[in-house]
Amino acid sequence: MQYQKAVNLPYTKQDEQEEIKMNQLRHGSKKKGAREILEMAMHAIFLLCGTVAVAFVLLISVYLILSGLPAIREIGLVDFLFGQTWAPTNQTNPAYGILPFILTSIYGTAGAVLIGVPVGLMTAVFLSKSAPPKLAAVIHTAVELLAGIPSVVYGLVGMIVLVPAIRNLFHLSSGASLLAAIIVLAIMILPSIINVSENALNAVPKEYEEASLALGATKIETIFKVSIPAARSGIATAIVLGVGRAIGEAMAIIMVSGNVANMPGLFTSVRFLTTAIASEMSYAAVGSLQRQALFSIGLVLFLFIMLINVILNVLIKNKKEGA
Amino acid sequence: MNYKKVFAAILAGAMMMSMAACGSGAGSSTTKEEAPAAQTTTELSGSVSTNGSTSMEKAIGVLSEQFMADHPNVKVTYDPTGSGTGIEAAKTGSTDIGLSSRALKEEETAEGLKGITVALDGIAIIVNADNPVEDMSVEQIAQLFTGEAKDWSAVGGNAGEVACIGREAGSGTRDGFESITKTKDSCVLSQELTSTGAVIEAVKSNPNAIGYASLSSVEGKEGIKAITVDGVVCFEATILDGSYQIQRPFVMVTNGGELSEAAQAFLDFATSADAKDLISSAGAVPAAK
Repeated sequence: MQYQKAVNLPYTKQDEQEEIKMNQLRHGSKKKGAREILEMAMHAIFLLCGTVAVAFVLLISVYLILSGLPAIREIGLVDFLFGQTWAPTNQTNPAYGILPFILTSIYGTAGAVLIGVPVGLMTAVFLSKSAPPKLAAVIHTAVELLAGIPSVVYGLVGMIVLVPAIRNLFHLSSGASLLAAIIVLAIMILPSIINVSENALNAVPKEYEEASLALGATKIETIFKVSIPAARSGIATAIVLGVGRAIGEAMAIIMVSGNVANMPGLFTSVRFLTTAIASEMSYAAVGSLQRQALFSIGLVLFLFIMLINVILNVLIKNKKEGA
Repeated sequence: MNYKKVFAAILAGAMMMSMAACGSGAGSSTTKEEAPAAQTTTELSGSVSTNGSTSMEKAIGVLSEQFMADHPNVKVTYDPTGSGTGIEAAKTGSTDIGLSSRALKEEETAEGLKGITVALDGIAIIVNADNPVEDMSVEQIAQLFTGEAKDWSAVGGNAGEVACIGREAGSGTRDGFESITKTKDSCVLSQELTSTGAVIEAVKSNPNAIGYASLSSVEGKEGIKAITVDGVVCFEATILDGSYQIQRPFVMVTNGGELSEAAQAFLDFATSADAKDLISSAGAVPAAK
């Protein structure tokens, strides 16, 4: 085979079988068996590792569906998804409507993306295209630090600094609100958006930009009309990552958003899908409808994230084929 | 380059040594605070896990310190998760002793849970230290929390919108507060926090806030003050004779099964006469014997 590779001759199945025979003659039948077995064993291990990820996803999906369905069946799908009151511990009139949580999660994520994506994208463009190297190094360090800060610390800083600031700025009775959660979430998703977008922008072939500049476009026109569309799928991945982190965040939000199950408003105390599960799971009695309803909330959250991923992937695919 | 590495190593070593010094310093100070130990029985060993009410933090703290001093081979742990969680944990057996800052409900005792009252505790109604309001009646407090009265001027304070800080639905403190002020299922809260400490912090940082928290946690805290209810100050004597109306029991919950020797001993210790002074020092009222 090396001979054939060295002289660039095509390598056929016949050659392969001849090669095996040569190996057999060279190494003897016993050693050949051990090497083949080792090969097969390693292939099996790789296959196993690959299927572990698939197995986990399947396991989690199946478990969520099985534990989330009973409550939905008992409460009624429409009442559950579109009911506007969540009061499972109410003695006289327990209500299990999660519309407030669904809307809050949607608005919160949308708000965080609206703030975070432009800022993150512009930062990535700056880092990738026009930053002087020393400044870029400083910003890189800052972004990496931001990415490494645990969510609890974000929540703590939000609670101590952001909530009183909002209260004083807007003359509210309490600053713990959807706005505080949106700001905290926007800051949290910045690092992932910046990192992935910057990698995508760096991967755009230099020829595209040089061609554009050669045709007379300015640098800014090149960035917005050539580089960003070319890096489109990477940027979409960045947005998906950001959305995924924002919709799944519980710890930071639990400290700044007030946690009262209201219909969302920018300055009202709200509860997200994630914090709804986190705040009640520990004391919901095992086997009670409340606990099962919490699992159903988990199922809804899971489906949400799948839906967002599918929609965004479809959008990218369409754009790719369209272009 | 070499100097940088040496400097970094020296800095790291200095930080580690200062942290070690802090640790041992704290340890020695707590041993100085303990009351003189009763007779030491060294046969008991093992661990006792307690889980539940965040209001009982101080009380459990002093009891477990004394118990661990008496029985050096026993380790008592405390997990502050809230009364509802503590009762649930006792029921499922994930903890030895559940802690609840409310009496057990009928459906809970029907499931086999047993509650032993170790103390009575007052729920202090706290406002920010800058708030001029000093006294309110139970009805006024209820009006503020249900949203009937939305402004501080309705109860004699400066004009400003009231921010009611409450606890999560499973909290024993919330249960006690709502049953006495008769605001069950009708509180309109501006924030629902999950621990006593969080409520105190929220009231401390917001001049418009009003909240409720265990007296034992409120005593000595700066930035907040406990108002009088119908003219009655919240402290041990008024809780004991009942004139301070907003109070509830501290209950140790077990699921009726076999307790480990160490856990049973801790339970007996908490309800014994030796524990009375300790519970008083924590700001609660020992259950009258």
